Amino acid sequence: MRNLWLFIIRNNAFFLFIFFESAALVLLVQNNRYQKASVVNSANQIAGTIYSKADQISRYLMLGKVNDSLAMENARLRGMMENAFYDADTTRVTVNDTTHLQQYTYITAKVVNNTVTYRNNWMTLNRGSADGVQRGMGVIGPHGIAGIIKDVSPHFSTAYSILHKDVRVSVKLDSSDNIGSLVWPGETPLIASLEDVPTHVPVSKGEKVVTTGFSLFPEGTPVGTVVDVKRGGTKSFLEIDVELGTRFQQLRYAYIVVNKFQQEQEQLEEKLEQ
Amino acid sequence: MIRLFILNIVRFFVLVLFQVLFLKNFSLYNLAIPWFYILFILLLPLQISNFLLFVLSFLLGLSVDMFSNSPGMHAAACTVLAFCRILLLRTITPRDGYEMAVEPGIKDMGLRWFLIYSSVLVLVHHLILFNLEVFRLSEFLISSVKAISSAVFTIFLIILSQYLFTGKRNRKNT
Repeated sequence: MRNLWLFIIRNNAFFLFIFFESAALVLLVQNNRYQKASVVNSANQIAGTIYSKADQISRYLMLGKVNDSLAMENARLRGMMENAFYDADTTRVTVNDTTHLQQYTYITAKVVNNTVTYRNNWMTLNRGSADGVQRGMGVIGPHGIAGIIKDVSPHFSTAYSILHKDVRVSVKLDSSDNIGSLVWPGETPLIASLEDVPTHVPVSKGEKVVTTGFSLFPEGTPVGTVVDVKRGGTKSFLEIDVELGTRFQQLRYAYIVVNKFQQEQEQLEEKLEQ
Repeated sequence: MIRLFILNIVRFFVLVLFQVLFLKNFSLYNLAIPWFYILFILLLPLQISNFLLFVLSFLLGLSVDMFSNSPGMHAAACTVLAFCRILLLRTITPRDGYEMAVEPGIKDMGLRWFLIYSSVLVLVHHLILFNLEVFRLSEFLISSVKAISSAVFTIFLIILSQYLFTGKRNRKNT
């Protein structure tokens, strides 16, 4: 016993190393495997408050660009309003619409923190459970999809960016309706790649890519445009580069997608697995 | 002694905030990302006890983790760094042992010693960190290349900061 004790004391550096390293790895693995709401994340109050203070400063410096993008979005939305269309019909009928139930609503949020330089990027939004945000909701920016909510605190939430190695979004080609999945290979924050599209599908450069209705985003939400198509040798799938619509370096405002039927759908699908 | 204590506490907070608020947007063509905060571990006094060294390294890693949503990743890399620091200091002890109460910086130890010391430790830390982040064998090569280029960047910043913030007076090993 005494020898064992002496041995441990003589090599204390090694045993301390094992202790602290395993503590760190337990934290790491737990977070990765179960996607648990972990204590150590930037949605907690300290980090959230510091980030929103720092963001107030950088937001001021970005005002010009933000104004431009908001003005452009306003113009686009105005173009979609009823009064922007020439009314060819001379009779007007008031319809009490009972066939269209609203399925998606949106919560506006400020992006108080955002990274683009790492392999796994994430963002912090200034809306939390008090505003109705829940884990797993989609996040879209003015020009396309942006992320998926991971953790929620009362006033902040963190979200995986699309620029994250574990994020996979179900998307389709706008013209041919062929589905595939969007992943980020990690080279530049502008380009993602579209996988699982078979080689017989005709794909042209400049084609729009939008979401399918299978995941968190409403069907047809813009994702980006095809910039390059390669036939990879013996592989049976195309290698497609998609330029993302969302400019992650400039993302300042985002909308969180609330799917009103999500719970109902999940409950129904759970029965399949039993 | 009190002075050393306060100096290190201030350095801890300054480096963590500098890292998470300023350097997070600081990358060269998405190839090199500086992880400058580990300077804190490099500059801890030589006579620090092993236990305190590990506790501080772990806490340092965890506070950076808190800001970057990666619980355990920086803590794991910093713990490895602390262990390597102990092994390295044991290996490259000068012939007469270290002088009393010196800090392992350029001022006390000289450029050559500090360059070897920081390069080895920064490289180890970055290799562990980048591969933990990706956690995939198929991307081992690309993440290692990124780690090495980032390490060069970090070492450059560390040497620069040493010359900026420590006077050249009373340097012993010139």
